[in-house]
Formats: sequence, C-alpha cells, structure tokens
Amino acid sequence: MTGGPTRIARRFAALQQRGEKGLIVYLTCGDPSLAESAALVIEAAAAGADVIELGVPWSDPSSDGPVIQRAMERALVAGGTLRRTLEVVAEVRRWSEVPIVLFGYYNPILALGPERAAEAAARAGVDGLLTVDLALEEAEELDGPLRARGLDRIPLLAPTTTPERAARHAARGSGFAYYVSLTGVTGAGHLDAAAVGDRVRALRPALGSLPLAVGFGVKDAASARAVGANADAVVVGSALVQAIHDAQGAESRLHAVRSLVSTLKSALTDGTT
Amino acid sequence: MSDGRTGEEGRFGPYGGRYVGETLVPALDELTASFRAAMADPAFVAELDGLLANYVGRPSPLTLAENLGRAVGGARILLKREDLLHTGAHKINNCVGQALLARRMGKTRLIAETGAGQHGVATATVAARFGFRCRVYMGAEDVQRQALNVFRMRLLGAEVISVEAGTRTLKDAMNEALRDWVTNVADTHYLIGSVAGPHPYPTLVRDLQAVIGREARQQILATEGRLPDACVACVGGGSNAMGLFHAFVDDKVALFGVEAAGEGIATGRHAATLTAGRVGVLHGSKSYLLGDDDGQILPAHSISAGLDYPGVGPEHAWLKDSGRARYLAVTDREALTGLELLARSEGILCALETAHAIAALPAIVSEIGSGKLIVVGLSGRGDKDMPTVAAALGVTLPGARR
Repeated sequence: MTGGPTRIARRFAALQQRGEKGLIVYLTCGDPSLAESAALVIEAAAAGADVIELGVPWSDPSSDGPVIQRAMERALVAGGTLRRTLEVVAEVRRWSEVPIVLFGYYNPILALGPERAAEAAARAGVDGLLTVDLALEEAEELDGPLRARGLDRIPLLAPTTTPERAARHAARGSGFAYYVSLTGVTGAGHLDAAAVGDRVRALRPALGSLPLAVGFGVKDAASARAVGANADAVVVGSALVQAIHDAQGAESRLHAVRSLVSTLKSALTDGTT
Repeated sequence: MSDGRTGEEGRFGPYGGRYVGETLVPALDELTASFRAAMADPAFVAELDGLLANYVGRPSPLTLAENLGRAVGGARILLKREDLLHTGAHKINNCVGQALLARRMGKTRLIAETGAGQHGVATATVAARFGFRCRVYMGAEDVQRQALNVFRMRLLGAEVISVEAGTRTLKDAMNEALRDWVTNVADTHYLIGSVAGPHPYPTLVRDLQAVIGREARQQILATEGRLPDACVACVGGGSNAMGLFHAFVDDKVALFGVEAAGEGIATGRHAATLTAGRVGVLHGSKSYLLGDDDGQILPAHSISAGLDYPGVGPEHAWLKDSGRARYLAVTDREALTGLELLARSEGILCALETAHAIAALPAIVSEIGSGKLIVVGLSGRGDKDMPTVAAALGVTLPGARR
C-alpha cells in the first residue's frame, strides 16, 4: 500500500460511523458517448452514490445480460476502451473524490499489461478493479501490480461460493466484497431477498472486516431496501444503464441518473433509521 | 489428468487456466473431480469404449491414399477417417464421453456452442440417445451458411438458438452458452466442443479425442511397421489436431497444424490465431487470440464455419511456443483446391475444415522431403459444405438461396 486507507475504505468507514447503507452504482463508460460519461458519474456521486463502478467496454462480455451487453456495444461504437475509460476517470477527478472501481474483463488489462494498466489506473485516480473473469486462482498476476500502487482488487462472491472459499477471497481481496445475489448474468430479474439474506449471513463470518456489497437483480427502492437489510452496500447496475438509455438527450440523461440514484439512496437511508 | 510436460494441472506452460466468473468455479471443480473419478472407474471406461465401438463406429479406418500422395509431391499418406464416424466428424468422440460424465454428475440438460454445426449435431445426437434436454447456440451467420446442420439438430430434438450478438459467429455463440450455463449451472452441463475454454475442458476434450491418435498409432505400427514421419491436422479450436497429436507428442514425429488464412493473412480477414494472433484471455483460458491493442477481440474469417474462431486451445499455444508443433495457414481458395484434390484423387469429399489440412500437404512434403510417411487427420465429411462450396465455385444448386 502506498499511503493511508483508500478512498473506498474511507467511504465504508464513514458509512459505518453514520450507521448507513452504501449505494454502489454501475455505468458503462462511453454509453452513450465518452463526452457524457464524466458528467454522468459526477451526477451520480452528487445524487448520493457512495461508490461508482465504471464498466470498461469489451467486445465479449460473457457475464453480462442483454442490458449491459447493449450498453457495451454502444460504448464500443463510441470508441470506448480501457485507455479512454481512464481518461474519463481523470476528468471526474477534477471535480469529485467519489471512489471509483473499474468493472470489466481481463483481456483489456492483459493487452496493456497488468503493470502498465495498474500504473495508468492509479495515475488516473482509480481506486480499485473488479475483473469478473479473473478467478481467484488466476488473480496473482494482477494482485501484485495493484497492491504496489494501493489499488483495491474487489473480490466477487456467488451463491455457489462456500464459506471456506469466501475466506480465501477475503484474504486476497480488499475494498469490499461483491456478492452476486443469483446464479446468472447481470440484470436478471428474479431476486429472492430472503434467500439472499440467508446466504449472506452464512458467508459473512468468513469475510472478517471486509465490507459486503450485494448486487444483481436490484432495480428499485423496494429491492434495494430488502437486500440492504443484510449488506453494507447495495449495487445497482442494469436498472441505471436502462434509465440512461431510455432518456432522450444529455439533460434528461443527467436527470434520470439524479432521480434514480437519489431515490435508491433515500430508500437505503430511510431503511436504516 | 495432470500433464507431466507442463507442470501444474490445467496449465500448458503459461497458457490455459481458468478465467471465469466466480459462479462457475465450483461447477468446474466438480467436472474436474468427476472426470478424474470416471476415467479411473473400469465400468465407466468399459461403457465409453462400448459406445465408441458400437454407436460411434470406432475404430475408424486408416486409409492409404496413394493417388493423393503422388499429387502432393511424393509421400505415403494415410488418412485417419473420422469422416466415417456416426454424425460425420470427430466431434462425436467427445460428445459421447461428456454425455456419460453429465449423467454421472446428475445433470439433466446439455448446452453447446457450434460453428459449422458438427459439434451441435453431435451434442443433439447424444442428448437424444441419453435423454437430456438440449439447447445449441449458433451464431446467426452460421445458421445461414449451415442450414442443413440446423435442420439435423432440430430433427434430433434439440433447440437451436440463433445468436444475433457481436459478430454473429462461433465466439458469440460461446458467450451466449456461458451466459446460459452461469444461469442454469445446477442442472446443466456445458458440453464444450473444442480443446478451449476453462480448465478442465482443454484436458478433458483432448483426452476424449485422444482415441484418434491412439488408434492411428496402433494401425500404422500394424500396417507400416513404424511410426509416421509427420502428422497433419486442421486447427480451429484445435480438438481434432490435439486428438491426433496427443499419442505422438513424445515420439520423434513432426506435428503440423493448419489454420485458416481466410482471404489472406495480410487482408486481416482470417482465422489464423497461432500464425498471426497475440496472447490474451478469451472464453475462460489464456492462449493466442485475434485482438487489437486495446484488448478487443477481432472477428475471425474463414470459408469454413468450423475454423471461424478468434481463439485456439491453450495446449496448441504451448506446442507452438515450445516448437514441438508447427502451424501453417492456408487460404479459403487453397482449401477449396484441397477439397477438389482429395475428391478427385481418392473419391473422398471432406469437410472444408479438413480441406485446409489437405491443402497444406504440398508445402509440408516439400519441407520434410518426399517419400515420407504422413498421417492426415480427416476430421469430417463434406456433405454439410456443399452449398458453400457450390457458391464459392459459382455453381447455383437447385433450391439454393443466394
């Protein structure tokens, strides 16, 4: 680690102090354009998002459902790449200290090289990376370069993850753990908050002090509140991507982000008081 | 299943591994353990061998091709006839084995990706034979150019999903199959058709296809009294080539893989991953792939749908780097010439995939010298390709859509 606690750690510490649930939102960088992405991220942060997951456009997003697949396709047409995404992060950093996690797949990182990618991410102001197809067993090649620059590697947990395996994830990862609430792709619809609660309670002891975020299938105030009851933070992705896509024009896209993020944040805040 | 030559299980030098989302890791662990236990279980092996003999039609012949040998510059060529198997290609070897494994793991549903449709047909076939529900993902472009195989799969009771995403070919079908698997992992087995994908698939599929080389080795020792000087096979994902090569890797036998150069390497419209690609991660393993500087996967191109894939099995990447195998590439046009050459010299109409291996023979013979003994993997028959071949030769078939 270089320096003190990361932006992510500081944010979770502040949330805990206030007894508040965190809201993590996902946007695909470059959807609908690279020029708008920084403004959309800043708007989400201003409306109450605690952490931003910024999707790095990739040609073969095999863990994503239709909503994010389409967003990736639009972002690729708009020229989205890892390098362009880092430029967007650098732009956001001129205005906002919101914690930013790059969310994506391993090949763009490998194409740049793990060392160069980590260096460029740190320089741009990224706080962590969540690489969906980099299994725990393969993470070594990225862990070193990230750790050397004080960047978090966010581990993914799934319904098929055993507590023993979750403990290994917690030992290697940092920032927070992202629990995928169902076996499926992003944006799937059948969330069972009670079952998620059972699984989360089973995994929790294995994670030690690592904060736990739950995502996949959270789309509105009610589902956010239900899932938030058993987590430190809730992740909303496809619902926000869809809202951005449905809005017509840059102004209304900003408005759509502001409206959904503030609704979700207040649902989570009210739920804890 | 550990590989003595390459150290750590599931690794081939720096290649292979398991680059998948967390959800699938336990399923891959289960498959690895189940395969290891099954191959050590005499009852499983006996059932597999029985099916290979009496359902698939093994052993496949090793045919002496004297006319072809003369035509390519003077070689004694033996064709390993996987085209004569049930369903018409080597793909069935792997499907029978994985179907037995899926049943052993208690799965009730099979999914598969397919390019040319041969693997899809073979999967639909074993699904029908063993009573699995079956869904096959196929790129929309391949659905068009392999209409006959789509019809065969549906007739066998499989559901064929036309994938419209991305480049609408094999890689996108594989993405869609992965999405299905991650959603239905509890009751579904993903029957990967090539030596690609996350560990254990490259090893599992190779071991199930290794029967090709094992038989060829016995047959050539029996008829020729010695090992071949070279083995030649086409490479898309690389299952038929790995199946043939595996039995000869530790021998003094030259190994040649033949990739699809499409319209020519220089045009950028090709599928020659090992010849002109770079190292990356796609579909669960690290290997060579076709990609740009930003790590985006580039579309592949080949007249042969079965070779039209921007990745390649990780063991081939290792065989290439270590110099143990050589990889050549031949163009669409050369492959068509190879197909005609085999048809007219030996009376065998092979698949367009296989035709790439035939087309490379003159270059290989001139490299290793004439009079050598060469085994060629004849991976499949050409019926499915007749509309494509006719179109490429400018012939309009009755009822054909153009």
